[in-house]
Amino acid sequence: MRFGVIVFPGSNCDHDALHAVSRNLGQPAEFIWHDSRSLGGVDAVILPGGFAYGDYLRCGAIARFSPVMKAVGEFAAAGGLVLGICNGFQILVEAGLLPGALIRNRSLKFICREVRLRVETTGSPFTSAAQEGQVLRMPIAHGEGCYYAAERTLDELADGDRIVFRYLDNPNGSLRDIAGILNPARNVMGMMPHPERATEPLMGSCDGLLVFQSMLAVAQAVR
Amino acid sequence: MTGANTPEVIAQHQLTDAEYRKIVGILGREPNYTELGIFSVMWSEHCSYKSSRRHLKKLPTRGRLVVQGPGENAGIVDIGGGYVIAFKIESHNHPSFIEPFQGAATGVGGILRDIFTMGARPIAVLDSLRFGRLDDAETGARNRRIASGVVAGIAHYGNCFGVPTVGGECVFERCYDGNPLVNVFALGVCRKEEVFYARAAGVGNPVIYVGARTGRDGIHGASMASAEFTEESKQKRPNVQVGDPFMEKLLLEACLEAMRTGAIVGIQDMGAAGLTCSTCEMGSRGGVGIEIELDRVPQRETGMTPYEIMLSESQERMLLVADKGREEEVFRVFAKWGLEAAEIGFVSEDGRLRVRHHGEVVAEIPNRELADEAPLYDRPHTRPPRAGLIPDLPAASVQKALPMLLAAPDLCSKRWIWEQYDYQVRTNTIAGPGAEAAIIRIKETGTSVAISLDGNGRYCYLSPREGARLAVAECCRNLSTVGARPVAATNCLNFGNPERPEIMAQLVEAIEGIAEACSFFETPITGGNVSLYNETLGEAIYPTPVLGIVGLLKTGAPVTIPFKNAGRSVMLIGGAGSCDDPRFGCTEYAKEILRRLWGLPPALDLDYEKRVQFAIRKIIAEGLAESAHDLSDGGLAVALAECSFGPAGIGAQIDVDSDLRPEMLAFHEGPSRILISTAHPKRVADIAEKYEIEAPVVGVTIEKGIEIRQRAMTLGCWDIAALRAAWEQAFESHVR
Repeated sequence: MRFGVIVFPGSNCDHDALHAVSRNLGQPAEFIWHDSRSLGGVDAVILPGGFAYGDYLRCGAIARFSPVMKAVGEFAAAGGLVLGICNGFQILVEAGLLPGALIRNRSLKFICREVRLRVETTGSPFTSAAQEGQVLRMPIAHGEGCYYAAERTLDELADGDRIVFRYLDNPNGSLRDIAGILNPARNVMGMMPHPERATEPLMGSCDGLLVFQSMLAVAQAVR
Repeated sequence: MTGANTPEVIAQHQLTDAEYRKIVGILGREPNYTELGIFSVMWSEHCSYKSSRRHLKKLPTRGRLVVQGPGENAGIVDIGGGYVIAFKIESHNHPSFIEPFQGAATGVGGILRDIFTMGARPIAVLDSLRFGRLDDAETGARNRRIASGVVAGIAHYGNCFGVPTVGGECVFERCYDGNPLVNVFALGVCRKEEVFYARAAGVGNPVIYVGARTGRDGIHGASMASAEFTEESKQKRPNVQVGDPFMEKLLLEACLEAMRTGAIVGIQDMGAAGLTCSTCEMGSRGGVGIEIELDRVPQRETGMTPYEIMLSESQERMLLVADKGREEEVFRVFAKWGLEAAEIGFVSEDGRLRVRHHGEVVAEIPNRELADEAPLYDRPHTRPPRAGLIPDLPAASVQKALPMLLAAPDLCSKRWIWEQYDYQVRTNTIAGPGAEAAIIRIKETGTSVAISLDGNGRYCYLSPREGARLAVAECCRNLSTVGARPVAATNCLNFGNPERPEIMAQLVEAIEGIAEACSFFETPITGGNVSLYNETLGEAIYPTPVLGIVGLLKTGAPVTIPFKNAGRSVMLIGGAGSCDDPRFGCTEYAKEILRRLWGLPPALDLDYEKRVQFAIRKIIAEGLAESAHDLSDGGLAVALAECSFGPAGIGAQIDVDSDLRPEMLAFHEGPSRILISTAHPKRVADIAEKYEIEAPVVGVTIEKGIEIRQRAMTLGCWDIAALRAAWEQAFESHVR
């Protein structure tokens, strides 16, 4: 399975995502530059964390207009797996591939800490290797990670079994403790916590590996 | 070219008559206004080290692993496996007082550029912060605003740039009320053969300007950093620059990529004194001249004068010299990253900095004299001031004092600060904030680098020489306690006005103390920074040398501070130590409980300290310690409490055989002591014996609670959860 990691000029978790899938998952992976109009035939796309174009405006507001996002949109529409982590989640939301918005943390401060997440559904290509209700430990590191959406949207997410992760100790004020969600077709996931930072014992947790292992299992099943 | 400069204009540029006469001698004529500005920044204390240089020569700078010592943008140390690390510490004290957020942010930006200018990708930042008292009725509100602003500024810049902020220290004292200290350390890594130097070479080679456009911000920042604060200092707000970490990130990636083309000859960032400093220093190091045309300098404001362009300290700019004929390769890389790059001049053979504006020469100065021949002062130094008499010590309660100390601003958990930093990005952080020392793995080599920052203004005020030696010892002890071998150091010397003989005496003694200890521990100084004139309205800060020392170790699961299992032996490597009334006045106990400062810092036996460090490294290497924590601020009781704040909630019951008064036993800050828990007390004792150090078993880890006894008499007994709550929640209540 070939992973493509999108690199915006201000991405700074791009190397970490590549390391996680190439070294710790053991799959081939490559960088895809933000002005690329093609994804070069990869099997899954990761939008990594960072500050895509500085994010001085609204996080991800400029990134959605980059050439590569058109390709990502087409890839997603064709059923390709797209994982947005942190800034990647913010970009997916701005691009309209996922509903809702990510606003400033309730504390108004950047927060970097390990959090506990509950797996709310295993019916997704990103959590199929997990147990429902399983508690995962992985870090968050963001200033604008408070998930916000209209009540109706939140109900739709819940009714459609599209809430993938919830925080056990909500760190940022996210509505209904939401940490990660799916699109209706279930092939696009955005999450604020960093699974790539929890993929080997030296990082303090290997729980994030489950996300990538799930993606791998799905890709192998298709073949 | 020639202009008559009135005494007022010369004085405004902080140049003395003698310095002005020296300039006239170098040029053979009066300098014009632009040249006067150029000399004033290059010969400022900040850029020229004119008061300290004579004494800095005493520092050890060579070592087996040192590839590059002082004199470049950062020191370079060989870590093996074909890789080197580049690191340095810098101050941004004055700007952080005037505008805390941007002052601190641009401090981070400046030191990061120093690192990647050398070809190294920054992989860690640590910061040493000192603020005024947060709870003071008069100044507390301002001090809280400064502290919050500085932390937010560091977070803003580092987080966006993508470098983890992995540790540091934060201390509060009255003397920093009007003069906070913001010292930022950065470390980067690169292949040994890919190090770049800030040297111009090759007559005719193009000089290229890259990055942000030049504006009127930061003009005379270097001179501002070389003067005391007065009531008028607030008007200097426009002198503080505004940072753009996204631009810096682009600059990092583009510079590293451009370096790989092989078309770059030399490169230097534009930091203090901007275009002036980068041109004349690169020329001077290479023994060549540089000629530039200011019309070609990208500018974001119209009508800028040569004086303004040359002295601007706009951020996120680099100057490089490329191989003639290969400019296009360089331009292509910068275009890819969306950065502006402009050829603004060329390397000349006459050794002069020649500046043109609209084709006319507006400044012409010999590079070497400008960069390296700044006046050198042997300022008179007498004796450092000595602090007050030893008071009669009132009766003490160890039981009551420990929770108070754990909630004190200096000792309480700084989670509120470090959770605002992304301390994990790049996934190399094996030990981060709150650890004994930061540990960063180098993915490329399978080894890790440990880093410790330390300084103690109270110790140094009581004895600059001993305080400086203690700071070196503490850094090395922190590194040894995580199993790392200390190899090299950088320092940031924060002092008051060197024109006052007693302040100059502090500086000289501290440098000599650092020199002695760094020689002894074989940790040469590879670079650093001197920040003088840290005074407000005539009141100087405590002399505050801050050491940053790096150590090397194999990559692996770290030995951490908390106790892991009940029923283990608790051993005090180095022993209970000694203390007397004069040596107790420097402690956190004296500060927080008695509100006094007197006497002398703790006594340090360098040789004993070294043997303790050898022993602990051996103990760690053999996997004998389940936990390890050195004793420092707050002494034995505070260290024991911190060891009990782990996730397992394991505490300890200890009983120390000692003649010391109870509060001294619990809280004295004598060095050369490390508290460990172990399942192998006999093997640890054998190692201690081999190194001829004390290592008594003082107690045992237990499921619940902490108890300290002295010869079977209980001094205190605490519930861990209550202590931990006090320690964890205190800072937020102090800073709000």
